[in-house]
Amino acid sequence: MLSSILSTGFAIGAIYALIAVTYNVMFSASRVMSFTAGQVGMLGGVFGAWFILRLHLPIVVGFPLTLLACAGIGVLTEIVAVRPVIAGLEKHLYVLSTLALALMMQQFTAIEWSTEPQPFPRIVGRGFGLDEKFWLPLLACAAVILGLELLYRRTLVGRAFLAIAEDNYAASALGLPVRDLRMASFALAGAIAGLAGFAGGELLLASIANGPMLNFYGFVPVALGGLGNNRGAIAGGLLLGLFQQAANFLVGGVLVSVAVFSAFIVVLMAAPQGLFGAPPTRRV
Amino acid sequence: MRSRVAALPYVLIFAAAAAIPLAGDDYLVVIATRAAVYWVLVSGLNLVVGFAGQLAIGWVSLLTIGAYTTSIIVARGWLGPLPALAVAGVAGALAGVLVGLPALRLRTFYFAMTTLGFATIVTQVALAWTDVTGGGIGIAGPTLPAPLDSRTGFYLFCLALAALCTWMTLNIAASRFGRALVGLRDAEVAAEAMGISKAHLLVTVFLFSGATAAVAGGLFATLQSYITPDAFTFDLSVLFFIAILIGGRGSVLGPLLGAILLTALPEFAAPLVAWSTFLYAALLLVIVIALPGGIADLLDQRRRRKLPQDRLVVPRPDLVPSLITRRPDRPAMILSGVRLSFGAVRAIDGLDLVLRPGEAHGLIGPNGSGKTTTLNVISGFSVPQEGEVRIGDAPLRSGATQIRAGLGIARTFQTPRAIGEASLRENVMIGGSIEGHASFAECMLALPRHRRDEATLRAQAERCLRIVGLEALADERADRLQHSELRFMEVARALMLRPAFLLLDEPAAGLSADEITRLGALIKAIREAGCGVLLVEHHADLIFDICDRVTVLNLGRELAAGTPSEIRAHREVVSAYLGG
Repeated sequence: MLSSILSTGFAIGAIYALIAVTYNVMFSASRVMSFTAGQVGMLGGVFGAWFILRLHLPIVVGFPLTLLACAGIGVLTEIVAVRPVIAGLEKHLYVLSTLALALMMQQFTAIEWSTEPQPFPRIVGRGFGLDEKFWLPLLACAAVILGLELLYRRTLVGRAFLAIAEDNYAASALGLPVRDLRMASFALAGAIAGLAGFAGGELLLASIANGPMLNFYGFVPVALGGLGNNRGAIAGGLLLGLFQQAANFLVGGVLVSVAVFSAFIVVLMAAPQGLFGAPPTRRV
Repeated sequence: MRSRVAALPYVLIFAAAAAIPLAGDDYLVVIATRAAVYWVLVSGLNLVVGFAGQLAIGWVSLLTIGAYTTSIIVARGWLGPLPALAVAGVAGALAGVLVGLPALRLRTFYFAMTTLGFATIVTQVALAWTDVTGGGIGIAGPTLPAPLDSRTGFYLFCLALAALCTWMTLNIAASRFGRALVGLRDAEVAAEAMGISKAHLLVTVFLFSGATAAVAGGLFATLQSYITPDAFTFDLSVLFFIAILIGGRGSVLGPLLGAILLTALPEFAAPLVAWSTFLYAALLLVIVIALPGGIADLLDQRRRRKLPQDRLVVPRPDLVPSLITRRPDRPAMILSGVRLSFGAVRAIDGLDLVLRPGEAHGLIGPNGSGKTTTLNVISGFSVPQEGEVRIGDAPLRSGATQIRAGLGIARTFQTPRAIGEASLRENVMIGGSIEGHASFAECMLALPRHRRDEATLRAQAERCLRIVGLEALADERADRLQHSELRFMEVARALMLRPAFLLLDEPAAGLSADEITRLGALIKAIREAGCGVLLVEHHADLIFDICDRVTVLNLGRELAAGTPSEIRAHREVVSAYLGG
């Protein structure tokens, strides 16, 4: 039982963590929280199943195509739902525009793909003692952590990302192409969410129900860890996955969702900026 | 006369709706019933989303709660269907507060997420709690007693409730509560400074909106005749939410049209049914990007009315005494030893200041010297780490912004905070919110006390607008006015409190020389009426012209204090700030 809790908990937690990182990457570049984060995660699974099982593409083609498609959707999000409303950020219209786009993605997938969960292909086919569906999400999570770390510390583009995250206005005054960088961040975020969906495909299947589910459980670690804080997001995601699985085994069913939701609300009410977030800014 | 014209669209809509059964098409009646039931919910939700600006996207949860409460009570034979509907309303009101509570601390996206989470939980509980809800198998909806059990009877009953909800929300919209809700949405800080309590107001609105949603749920269960958790999809939430945004925020007519449109659209274009939610979402995207004001903005003729080009704001200082007459022997406001740091930055570093009634006190200094922060400490937006603010011997509780208005402290802001789509008069009336006596329920039912409140506030707003010289623009939308006019509007709004102390934050910024002169005369008159004026300004001429005392701040400390002539002769001040 314990091993089952640990393997499923860490795997699900890694997927939540990746969606949380997706939220953060978009937020850092634009100060926008986007409802598309979980939906693109869902699409990662759907694209994977579509390319590999339905179009019979080999995995080495289907996998990069999935990431590319999800990155494209990230760019689309930026162009359609973020850029037109970014000037009046304080009006929070992005909440509505990204919600609208997320709903469109979900409905489109429901009609053109399926409303029922569809099978997802085996990727590696070897277990190493633990089924691949449990360690693939962890591997993806580790790869993303490492990749982001290298990107932010070692590359010029990564430093430019950090610059616009720190101060958008100053960055544009310095001549950084803020708009292009924002678009690149959304592409990166899309690819990360797509990776989450692909790596978690065998666990979650290719199902549209994953969209809202990932949206919510991917947001919980962001909210609790503090916006833009990737370490908090990853730790929070893994813990959430473990907590959920443990509770699933111990009390079971609907009480788990109620417990997670209540804990989420209580913590947020006590610390609206998250446990590790920055204090609120001046209002007047 | 105006109110009769405004009522016309509603009369037309409901008259046409009442005539639908005459067409003899049963299916049409069912669709119309559904639209009426949805509107019962949407009308209440409109106060939350459209007026208060809270993004409650998971409101289907309350429809679910109402539907199950009614059905279970009736199925177990505890009560008849109509009393059960009333019980559902009460349960919904409480649940509405529960769903809404996070809004007191959380903003926009965060709150939207919590309502979504709640909606998921409610559906899961309905599925899992088989003993009570019937789980996935479901439960029969209640049947209303004759004559409401026939198709037409039930429709007319729903329509009557829909009309009642329309009337009640229209009353709220036109009351101080409606204005305060919009104030919290578009100018939260200003609304708080006017004494509006966000917590109080939101809880009241969530009670109301929860109740209408749950009653709609009971009707929905009857309409469906059998309910399972599947009936309460997220698509319904989307429909409710988008109807309001398509209709336009801060309007009742717009969302009513929106709700009718979204309910009817897929019915009359059968191939669209599967795509309906997709289309709603696409419509929302278009509205957000191209027409954030929604249908209501399209219908608003004030947007197109031409305003005179070369208009002048000419205040009437001579009218101030007719508004404010304060005896000058009242206690002064005293700041003693106030210290406030933001991290390592000392914004205010031990400030003492006395603001006497009937005196204009200038606060000058370079940028970042702590002027606005001082105003914020007085009005409660900033909490000092040390020191206190007193009026006479009574200390002001630090941080409690809403109690300031009741103590006669009014203020304006460095950038004017106005509600763009509200008229100038409505913007000014918000300033007098705390002077209303009628409760939310009285306003909702348009009882006499509410009507008296409105008449008084309206007359007072007219008077304040005349004093600042804006009476000719009273009916215009605030977002069509010039910056300088909004500055004078803020003064008028502050005057609504007949303040004992008036805090002005750079009122002359962006004004022309003539306007500054006229503003100066107005401030003098306010001071002479017995009000203590604390004036933060960079226009040194204005300060020296109208102030009795001046305090010069530098790096959060008092550099000098005294009469204007003393300050003008102060060597350090001249070299550091005034320039010599």
